[in-house]
Amino acid sequence: MDDIIQGKAYVLGDSIDTDQIIPAAHLVYSMTVPDERKQYGRYALSGLPTDQQGLPEGNLPFTPDDMFESEYRIVIAGSNFGCGSSREHAPFSLMVAGAKAVVAQSYARIFYRNAVDGGFIIPFESRLRLVDHIRTGDEIRIDVRAGLLTHVEAGEEWLLNPLGDIADILKAGNVFEYARQAGFMK
Amino acid sequence: MGQTITQKILARNAGRDRVAPGENIWIDVDTLMTHDVCGPPTIGIFKREFGEDAKVWDPDKLVILPDHYIFTEDPHARRNIDILRDFAAQHDLPHYYDVGTSRYKGVCHVALAEEGFNRPGTVLFGTDSHSCTSGAFGMFSTGVGNTDAALIMGTGKIWVKVPETLRFVFEGTLPPWLMAKDLILSVIGDVGFEGGTYCALEFDGQAVFDLSMEERMTLTNMAIEAGGKNGVIAADEKTFEHVRARTDRPFDPVWSDPDAAWLQERVYDVSNMEPVVAKPHRPDNRATVSEVAGTKLDRAYIGSCTGGKLEDFEAAAKILQGEEVRIDTFVVPASTEVTRQMHERTLNGKTLWQVFVDAGCKMGHASCGACLGGPIDTFGRTQGTEVVISTTNRNFPGRMGSKQSAVYLASPLTVAASAVQGTITDPRTVLA
Repeated sequence: MDDIIQGKAYVLGDSIDTDQIIPAAHLVYSMTVPDERKQYGRYALSGLPTDQQGLPEGNLPFTPDDMFESEYRIVIAGSNFGCGSSREHAPFSLMVAGAKAVVAQSYARIFYRNAVDGGFIIPFESRLRLVDHIRTGDEIRIDVRAGLLTHVEAGEEWLLNPLGDIADILKAGNVFEYARQAGFMK
Repeated sequence: MGQTITQKILARNAGRDRVAPGENIWIDVDTLMTHDVCGPPTIGIFKREFGEDAKVWDPDKLVILPDHYIFTEDPHARRNIDILRDFAAQHDLPHYYDVGTSRYKGVCHVALAEEGFNRPGTVLFGTDSHSCTSGAFGMFSTGVGNTDAALIMGTGKIWVKVPETLRFVFEGTLPPWLMAKDLILSVIGDVGFEGGTYCALEFDGQAVFDLSMEERMTLTNMAIEAGGKNGVIAADEKTFEHVRARTDRPFDPVWSDPDAAWLQERVYDVSNMEPVVAKPHRPDNRATVSEVAGTKLDRAYIGSCTGGKLEDFEAAAKILQGEEVRIDTFVVPASTEVTRQMHERTLNGKTLWQVFVDAGCKMGHASCGACLGGPIDTFGRTQGTEVVISTTNRNFPGRMGSKQSAVYLASPLTVAASAVQGTITDPRTVLA
């Protein structure tokens, strides 16, 4: 788990479902074979309607056409992020594209769990609706241990909710390491 | 303080007398299900973490049901089924239902019920969010990702947070124009898309127990569309009869205590409810059919785990018999067993299958089909700006293929009535 995450923000609305995060047609690709794996970076968030791609302006693809990595490191979203299917390919695709964290008001259960158990990205929760305070492209820094999000240019700071129980799994790296430490796995 | 069904099942599989909502506990898993989309990456993680030659914790408890991308020429999709086939052979798995053989079943959630894997009081995890469907059998069942599934595959264990329970009580007698789909779309409309997040949704009341097992599965199937962790309906004689006809495996049902604590309770009188749709692009975007009646449509779709069961087709056939559809209407049975029964069951001397053929429907093979879009050559997949009415369970942007298409969710009765008219149509106007 990184201590500091810094980079450009990509801002989204509410109830971004997993079909928008990674459309089902792309789930055929292997998540391990390198030539196929990189497709998940290419198609991450490609299911967003164009006017919802990077708020408030829109029309800002997360990953540019025919590229495999995004310039954005932190996804800022409203409530119920990752609702819909159980596809682990959703947090995985954000990670492959280069994202390190999502900061949302709330998450759908399975997405949250997948993000943590697979160790793909850190799903932070914010009580405040940061979507109204941050624009796509703004430079953001997260102090992971302190749970503090800083808008670099404006100097504004917001406290994120404590990670709670999941911090142990994130620190271990993924659920397997956590299970080994808990004695459920050799 | 008593416990809910969900608490009791989780407590038992954790080796404890009781558990409280909010606790994180490790539990034993009775059944793990996976399919062709999430199975191959699950197998990849399993091998990475446990070793190339590691053994599955219990081959008799692992069920692999390819169902998503079956009737496609997509080379990656076909390769993924090869991975499942090789893994099943390597581990001598008794419950692999291979594509292209007489064992092939179709949509996993429906096949689990048909093959006797759903048993009251047990714990099932599946790599599919609609794994909550199995809760119709008085069991705990929920969806997980590949990593969690791989952990179960190697250890038979998983951690869960014990959920609070939301209780939905349906009283009264269901009128003939209403189906379980109308009830669950109403619930989702009431509590909202995330109103059940992290919660168990328990369905209760006489109107629920009057439903068939298939209709109960429609209720629990869509618990996830309110964000629910699981949906559950207590087992009764109908449940026992269904299960005993399909498996000799023992099971030990549990029921919620009368003094169990509910986070929230809602009571409905089904005799006062109306046919409803979920408008694009969210399952909680509810409207009564009468509010949107007349909306012009390009396509109708009857299929999926939630809307492609035998009774869904029986309902639609009641309206389609002797009629002709005005718009492209795709029929995709959930399972090969449903297909077989559609060729056997008759309505006024015609098989159900023939009723759909004669009405001008396009008939597909048992699978998930276009419910989730899928590869470009998927039967019924939207490719442009189609306005669709569908018996499926999700209508997110792009869910059925094209980001520009718009999907209304409705009961098989409403979809059939709308297919005949080419516009959204209240089934009451044709069932009179």
